[in-house]
Amino acid sequence: MDVERLESILTQYEGYPQDLIPILQDIQDQYHYLPKDELKVVAQRLNVPLTKVYSVATFYKMFSLIPKGRHQLRVCLGTTCHLKGGQRLLESVSSHLGIEPGYTTADMQFSLETVGCLGSCAQAPVMMVDDKYYARMTIDKVSKVLKLYKE
Amino acid sequence: MEEVGLLINGIYLKVPQGYTLLQAAQQLGVDIPTLCYHPELPSEGNCRLCVVEIGEYPRTRLVNSCTYPVEPGLNVQTHSEKVLQARRIVLELLLARAPKAKLIQDLAAEMGIHESRFKSEDPYELCVLCGLCVRTCREIVGVSAISMANRTPGKLVTTPFLEPSDACIGCGSCAFVCPTEVIPYIEKDGKRIIWGREFELVRCNVKLEQKLKSISTVKL
Amino acid sequence: MPKIESVDHLTEYRRQIRAQRDPKQQQILVCSGPGCLPLGSTEVAGAFQEQMQEKGLQGKVILKSTGCHGLCAHGVRVLLRPQEIAYQKVTPEDVPEIVETTLIGGKVVERLVYQDPDSGQTAVHKSEIPFYQGQKPLVLRKLDEIDPESLDDYLVVGGYRTLRKVLFKMSPEEVIDAVERSGLRGRGGAGFLTGRKWRLCRQVPGEVKFVICNGDEGDPGAFMDRAVMEGDPHAIIEGMIVGGYAIGAHQGYIYVRHEYPLAVKRLTQAVAQAREFGLLGNNILRSGFDFDIKISQGSGAFVCGEETALIASIEGNIGEPMPRPPYPAQKGLFGMPTVINNVETWANVPEIINMGPEWFAALGTEKSKGTKVFSLVGAVNHTGLVEVPMGTTLRQIIFELGGGIPGGREFKAVQTGGPSGGCIPKQFLDLPVDYDSLQEVGSIMGSGGMIVMDTTSCMVDVARYFISFLFEESCGKCTPCREGLRQLLNILNDITSGEGKEEHITLMEEICTTMASASLCGLGQSAANPVLTTLKYFRAEYEAHIRDKKCPALVCRPLLTYTIDPEACTACLACVRECPVGAISGPKKEAQHIDQDICIKCGRCHDVCQFDAVKVE
Repeated sequence: MDVERLESILTQYEGYPQDLIPILQDIQDQYHYLPKDELKVVAQRLNVPLTKVYSVATFYKMFSLIPKGRHQLRVCLGTTCHLKGGQRLLESVSSHLGIEPGYTTADMQFSLETVGCLGSCAQAPVMMVDDKYYARMTIDKVSKVLKLYKE
Repeated sequence: MEEVGLLINGIYLKVPQGYTLLQAAQQLGVDIPTLCYHPELPSEGNCRLCVVEIGEYPRTRLVNSCTYPVEPGLNVQTHSEKVLQARRIVLELLLARAPKAKLIQDLAAEMGIHESRFKSEDPYELCVLCGLCVRTCREIVGVSAISMANRTPGKLVTTPFLEPSDACIGCGSCAFVCPTEVIPYIEKDGKRIIWGREFELVRCNVKLEQKLKSISTVKL
Repeated sequence: MPKIESVDHLTEYRRQIRAQRDPKQQQILVCSGPGCLPLGSTEVAGAFQEQMQEKGLQGKVILKSTGCHGLCAHGVRVLLRPQEIAYQKVTPEDVPEIVETTLIGGKVVERLVYQDPDSGQTAVHKSEIPFYQGQKPLVLRKLDEIDPESLDDYLVVGGYRTLRKVLFKMSPEEVIDAVERSGLRGRGGAGFLTGRKWRLCRQVPGEVKFVICNGDEGDPGAFMDRAVMEGDPHAIIEGMIVGGYAIGAHQGYIYVRHEYPLAVKRLTQAVAQAREFGLLGNNILRSGFDFDIKISQGSGAFVCGEETALIASIEGNIGEPMPRPPYPAQKGLFGMPTVINNVETWANVPEIINMGPEWFAALGTEKSKGTKVFSLVGAVNHTGLVEVPMGTTLRQIIFELGGGIPGGREFKAVQTGGPSGGCIPKQFLDLPVDYDSLQEVGSIMGSGGMIVMDTTSCMVDVARYFISFLFEESCGKCTPCREGLRQLLNILNDITSGEGKEEHITLMEEICTTMASASLCGLGQSAANPVLTTLKYFRAEYEAHIRDKKCPALVCRPLLTYTIDPEACTACLACVRECPVGAISGPKKEAQHIDQDICIKCGRCHDVCQFDAVKVE
């Protein structure tokens, strides 16, 4: 475990139980997942049971207990995207990457996820790679977009 | 103590302020079925079996009696058609979830339900997610070795990371309080196995006289 | 930025910056709202920057990236002030022409202005575009005008003006009175009277109280709160200061979902600015009132939009709702009396105080006052954000502002209120939209999502979609919601895959009734609405799926058959490459053929075919 890296996150907080979620968010952002050993330290430091940390880590969709890929790919399945073919877009992305939603490619480049709504409904269907939106997606654009991120 | 007067099934009664509707109904001798309720534990209103109808027609609504506090003049129906229908569906849903759970079968049978019309996804499931074990471990035992994880589709009671937990003291309270006997708990050869851990059982060597003495000391 | 010491200092500072600004100065306002951002507004703004440099216009022309301009369908939108010329569908390639022709030449680039889809008539100025006519923007008013990252911009348009009135001239009770008299109802869902909520909280004894802004806009198809948080963050802060003063709270929280990274950034920045400027913190403008705001980020849980779950989440717990009573106004965050209002509600507060409650109450209907922002999306020409007085009819919103249904197709239903809402059919198009009338037809206002559906949408599929969304999002605490959704989804999956049975309809109705009456929180109580309304208004579609094993809208894939029309097929092989199971084959350079035994009916061949050769029935 990289103690220094974890400390640099923990020192930004006062150590109250309500700091749990922001701390987990920071860890998720930096590590791209929540490593077990780190979670144990967090529980000790905030003086909360490990069960609580585990409950929170498994309740919220943003958190993952397994390592995620370099690029986070989120396909929107909001209502408008659903009506405009979001599901097919997802299936296409999924088969291009060879993974089901919720998984990461073996080369650790991409993690594929679905999201309830990205709030860009006027441009449905939408997907997001890391912080970039791709609007009015069509299946024939999928491989082009993915190419931009492939090594 | 201040008292609150209310109507339960048309009968006026007075109960101490701070009572829940369930407590008030019990005082009246009215039987409301419960599942996730335990008098020694904080109520969470999870199972929704204890719902009752409150308010004046037509603006009535269902609330769970285990958490709803008595209010002056409140009109409560514990067995109205609306209540019974909700209880029936709740039990039918639970029966589909845990078709082999004896308690659920019994509660359902009392309402005249012997088979669920809904699909059962796992015929061997016994857990109904009432949360009694989690609350007992946290509130009574005070160790929080188990908790709920995930949400709806994959919600379950578990130790962190599905691994044997350091926090567990092997007391077995969770298994004892579980209404559907789903928590695996084995005692044999002087060992107790629970949540993936083994505990050596040690014979209690406190003599009966000493026990009585300590109890009377406490009382003093 | 100076630290403002007193309320007079604030007025003086506002006067100074106003004096420095010339209302006649040329401004380029590039929309960077939720609709235009994914279409490349950053690149468009960058192109303007470049062009201005090249043409030596820096200093003469002001370039701003603003919040949402409303008409997302035609993004990227660019507004030129003071001329009020509204350009649409602007790409970086169009920018040199705009700069050359309009900014330098003073002429309009005709090809970039609005054109009516039917008559072909053009409209150069914003006020001439039908989409904006009939709107009454209060909450969205400043969005296409200010740079959301500039506190000065907010001050110039009168921002933080309420503080003089509220902190120095009004008692907390007077503030609550005003909000109550305005008739403002919560814009997040249930429509509880805001003033009454504040009063209840004020009346609860206690030194420590909280106000919370619910920015966990999770309803799929709704993005008005996102637009306000990104486009006018200070309005929310100002509203919260007023609310904090009214109920006696000194700490506020803004809970914003992490799926909105820009909203998080803008709000964080705005709070820091306000603090630095002296509008948040101790003894605000020497009024003796202390108030500060923290930003709390959601972590991906729809249920956290529910008040008690949101509170649990800020406290660091899983987002499970709690039984009520106690209500948050009595016992909320950290056990203290708490007022939670959503983004749009807070953003309405400053204007109610400034203009007076009577002015606000004069807008709208008898029981629903003011305006409401809707995100108008789906099968409608002018998708975007609209703000109209309460009581505007669905027909006006969808057909007059929204420009009707694209492709000459027929209107089928409009879904309001997100997953907790319902699908409203054609016969209610003249329904005046307010809290009560929507409820009467089985839907709800919700946060204001308005998803238009045409004949290509299958209502059974829509119901299945919402139930599957809610099943994933239900916290799983109470039985009716958790197990009820599980069984509803099972049944709807059966129906949409041709396994439906007659008795399924009654079963669903029974589950729905119990979910509505016996679930613990609003999510479960309203989760049945999509099923109940579609069963009520579109029962024939359910029956077609169940009895005839047909999906009339050609959506439910297991009920469809895909074939290739040999006449239309050009043998381009796009479908062959796309087919995930290798079901399509044929001789070289000849029409291809789908093997029905292998076909999994995913429909991707249909989607990639450029020649309309893949037929569905």
